Amino acid sequence: MIEIKNVHKSFGHTPILKGVNLKIKKGEVAVIVGPSGSGKSTLLRCINRLEEIQKGQIWIDGENICDKSANVYKVRAEVGMVFQQFNLFPHMNAIQNVTLGPILTNKKKKREAEELAMEVLRRVGLSAKENSYPSQLSGGQQQRVAIARALAMEPKVMLFDEATSALDPELVGEVLNVMKQLALDGMTMIVVTHEMGFAREVAHQVAFIDNGIIVEEGSPKEIFEHPKTERAAAFFSKIL
Amino acid sequence: MFFLEKTMEKLINNFIMFLPSLLKGTRFTIEITFFAIIISTLFGFFFSLCLISKKRYLNKPVRIFINIIRGTPLLVQMFYIYFVLPDLGIKLGALESGILALSICYGAYHAEIFRSGIIAISIGQWEAANSIGLKYYQTMSRVILPQAARIILPPMGTSFIILLKDSSLASVITVRELTRSGQLIASTTFENLTVFSMVALIYIILTQLLALFIHYMEKRYRVK
Repeated sequence: MIEIKNVHKSFGHTPILKGVNLKIKKGEVAVIVGPSGSGKSTLLRCINRLEEIQKGQIWIDGENICDKSANVYKVRAEVGMVFQQFNLFPHMNAIQNVTLGPILTNKKKKREAEELAMEVLRRVGLSAKENSYPSQLSGGQQQRVAIARALAMEPKVMLFDEATSALDPELVGEVLNVMKQLALDGMTMIVVTHEMGFAREVAHQVAFIDNGIIVEEGSPKEIFEHPKTERAAAFFSKIL
Repeated sequence: MFFLEKTMEKLINNFIMFLPSLLKGTRFTIEITFFAIIISTLFGFFFSLCLISKKRYLNKPVRIFINIIRGTPLLVQMFYIYFVLPDLGIKLGALESGILALSICYGAYHAEIFRSGIIAISIGQWEAANSIGLKYYQTMSRVILPQAARIILPPMGTSFIILLKDSSLASVITVRELTRSGQLIASTTFENLTVFSMVALIYIILTQLLALFIHYMEKRYRVK
C-alpha cells in the first residue's frame, strides 16, 4: 500500500536520505529505528510532504504523492502525523483542535465534525476532556489529543515521529497503549521510536536506518535477535 | 481676590469661545487617525507577509521600501506626497495626503511588529496545521494570527498612540486638525497658555481612549 522508492533528500549540500526503499502493507505497522541524525524523522516528514524530496517516489494507495500533479493538501489530509512536541493549537480547546481539520479540509459540518471528534477523543480515552485547553492537560493527554486530531482526518496512514520522546517516563505508557490499540484496529502506521518494547510487541516490520539508507529490515524478532549487519548489531547492543 | 475672579472668568470665557473650533479640529484628528490606523495595519500585515516569504521577489523589494520609509522623517514624507506627487500627475487633497503619509510610514513600522509576532510562533504550529491539510490563509487566520495577536498587540498599541500624536504633523500641509486649529486661534488671540493647554488636554483624552480600546483587545487575546 505504501511504497517508498529510491528516495533522496538533502538540506543544502548535506545529504540526509540517500536512496531509501521501503514497503508497508495495508494494516501493518512499520517501526523505523536508527541513531540520531540517521534521517528517520526526515523520511517520515517526506511522507506527508512537510519536506519535499529531490529524487525518488512515494506511492500511497497507487498514487505517487511526490508527483507534481499530486495535490499536497489532499496528501496531507490522508496522512496523519503525530509530532514529538505534540504541536497542539494552544488557543483552542481539545474539541476545537480536533474539529479544525475536518471542518476546514474535509468540509464537514460543525455538528458532524464534533460528533466525529467526540468519537476519536473517546478512542484515545479523553472523552471527558473535550473542553480542556492544552495547558490544562498533562503531556500524555496532550499527545493523545494530538493523535485524536490526526485520527479525525480519517487518514489512510498514521505517522508517529518520536511521539513519546518528550514525555515524562510515567506518561509514556498511556500514549503507547493508544498506539497499540490503533494498530490492533488495523491502522496502517509508520512509527519512529526508541521504544523497542513497542516495536517488539506491535511492529510487523522493523527497518534500521543509518546514514540515510535502510541498512536492514525484517520482523522484530529477526532484526533484534539476529541482526545480519554489524552496524545494526552494534546499535541494538547499545540500546536493548 | 477680585483679580483671581477676573482671571477665572476670562479663562472660562476663553475656554467656551475656543472649544468649538478646537473640537472641529479634533474631528479631523480623529478622522486622520482612524483611517491611518486601519490602512497602516493593512499595509503592515501585507508587508509582513512579503517579509517572511521565502520568495526573493517578494521580500527584497519590500525590505528596501521599508528601509527607505524608516530612514526618512514622516514630515518629509508628508511634503513629498503633498508637494512632489502632483508634479508626477498624482494630485491628492491635504487630508488624503496626510492619511496616506501616516499609513505608509506606520505601515512600515507595523510590518516589523507583525513580522516579529508571526515569527515568534513555533514552526511546529505551521507543521501541525499543514499536517491536517490547512492552506496558507487558513493556517494564518486560524492558527498563527490568533496566537501572534498576543505578542503583536502591546507594541501595536504604542504605535497607534504615536500615530495619533503624529497626525499633528498634517498641520504643516494645511490640514486643519487639532494642532493647526490651536495654532490659528493662538496666533490671533495670543492666548497661548489657554489654547495649547486645551490642545494638550484633548490629545490626552484621545490617547487615553485609544489606550482603553487596546487594553480591551489585549484582554480578548490573553492566553487561557
